[in-house]
Amino acid sequence: MMLELSEVDVHYGAIHALKGVSFKVDDGEIVTLIGANGAGKTTTLRAVSGMLKPSAGQIRYAGAEVGGWKPHKLVAKGLCHAPEGRGIFPNLTITENLRLGAFLRRDEDAIRADLDKGLTLFPRLRERATQMAGTLSGGEQQMLAIARALMARPKLLLLDEPSLGLAPTIVETIFNIIQEINKQGVTILLVEQNAHLALGIANHGYVLETGTVVQTGTGAELLRSPEVRKAYLGE
Amino acid sequence: MIELFQHIVDGVSLGAIYALIALGYTMVYGVLKLINFAHGDVFMLGAMIGWYASARWTSESASPSIFGSIWVTVLAMVFCGVIGFVIERLAYRPLRAAPKINSLITAIGVSFFLEYGGQYLFGPNPRAFGVLPHRPPLSLAGISIGYVDLVTILTSIVLMIVLQRIVFHTRMGIAMRAVSWNPSVAALMGVNIDLVISFTFVLGSVLAAVAGVLYASKYPSVHPLMGLMPGLKAFVAAVLGGIGNVPGAMLGGLLLGLAEQLVSGYTSSSWRDAVAFGILILILLIKPSGLLGRGEAEKV
Ligand SMILES: Nc1ncnc2c1ncn2[C@@H]1O[C@H](COP(=O)(O)OP(=O)(O)O)[C@@H](O)[C@H]1O
Ligand SMILES: [Mg+2]
Repeated sequence: MMLELSEVDVHYGAIHALKGVSFKVDDGEIVTLIGANGAGKTTTLRAVSGMLKPSAGQIRYAGAEVGGWKPHKLVAKGLCHAPEGRGIFPNLTITENLRLGAFLRRDEDAIRADLDKGLTLFPRLRERATQMAGTLSGGEQQMLAIARALMARPKLLLLDEPSLGLAPTIVETIFNIIQEINKQGVTILLVEQNAHLALGIANHGYVLETGTVVQTGTGAELLRSPEVRKAYLGE
Repeated sequence: MIELFQHIVDGVSLGAIYALIALGYTMVYGVLKLINFAHGDVFMLGAMIGWYASARWTSESASPSIFGSIWVTVLAMVFCGVIGFVIERLAYRPLRAAPKINSLITAIGVSFFLEYGGQYLFGPNPRAFGVLPHRPPLSLAGISIGYVDLVTILTSIVLMIVLQRIVFHTRMGIAMRAVSWNPSVAALMGVNIDLVISFTFVLGSVLAAVAGVLYASKYPSVHPLMGLMPGLKAFVAAVLGGIGNVPGAMLGGLLLGLAEQLVSGYTSSSWRDAVAFGILILILLIKPSGLLGRGEAEKV
């Protein structure tokens, strides 16, 4: 078991954003959380990566209870989060952004090799390696965010709406790369509003509604489910 | 013409000191979005430690040796570094999640604490300061460069090159710039935010200590309220350059020192202090983001 949440609650002040969320992610899987805007998908990822402290419940990652750990401790354990809105650093160059992804690593030779690998995965980044990341287009920024997360050599990668605001062809490229990354052994927890795409590549899916898991199944099962089709696939 | 060059030399020397202090304001603002009003008092403490150290290790009449000066300065740097670390740890860290106004009020409280604590321990009266060796001024084509000014300019150049390297070419520097853009995303990269903030306070305080020793050597006296005016002016310098911007603080300090020296040289020295506040008002009216500050375009 890579990750397991049981009965996790998260509050923003008086707002009760997650109410007893439970789910699990097995080694090597792609698991997706789908749900409407405001359902609590981002909040769930933030709780897992340590940006938010759960007010109740347990989060187990790689065999340890990690609820309330600081994010940098979790990164050191191989848990990486590419946040909503990409979170690239526009005031740093593309190379500096990528190097920041490897912040906790000391193996300079391997870092350089991974940097090269990342730029090979996303050739459009290589052309602009020394430019400020703020000059990239939205799709390129998303590529940078993913490439940067890989620089940490994650075991578990959290991706928050990687398709948001991107043209369909770029979305397709990014989803192909997500599958490619997964094939290389990285477990993936994917948050998406684009339920069709996400369920299409996921081993398992969970449907969130106002802070609660209301449905679960394999990607294929959820794609066939009448409730899901009605609520998230526009049928 | 010679008079102009003379003012420029004096202005650069004064501006270098402002720049050293301004760097602390701007770096702390960068990572914490806080104006650390106690920073001018850390500068004062640097001078004060310099005074204690030199009173202890050098004799009154003899000219101190170069090694003595370096030793005294290093001691002031270490002491202020520790003070900066402690101030952040005790005063600001517990308020990190609270509204910014709380930290701002606390900063003013810390400033009063250091000023009046200083008066209690040191006494309110200025004391003579002689850390640098006594040397005659250098004469260059009619311009006289005081030994203190020469040391100030050279020291500042070296420190700014070192700082530039730290900020733009080390892991910690990249982390500082990342934290200043977005601390929570920086944490997702594995950056320990607390460590970066502590490091920033220590770095700024160490520079302020050097500035304190140099300033006290230039106007050879030390007293517990000496940080007030230079502190405020360095803050203006940081705003002028663009608060949060490291090269901006260097530029802002230099320009402010020059402006002050030229205005007081060609009109009357009673205008000296008005210059800084005139510049502050102008920059806030014309370009609030400062000369090198992030423009609107860069933010999106
Ligand atoms: N920083 C915040 N402060 C207060 N409420 C928040 C904050 N972030 C999210 N929320 C609330 O928490 C709920 C879940 O939000 P979020 O996790 O962002 O949803 P999703 O990612 O599924 O769109 C929403 O009701 C939202 O308004
Ligand atoms: Mg979201």
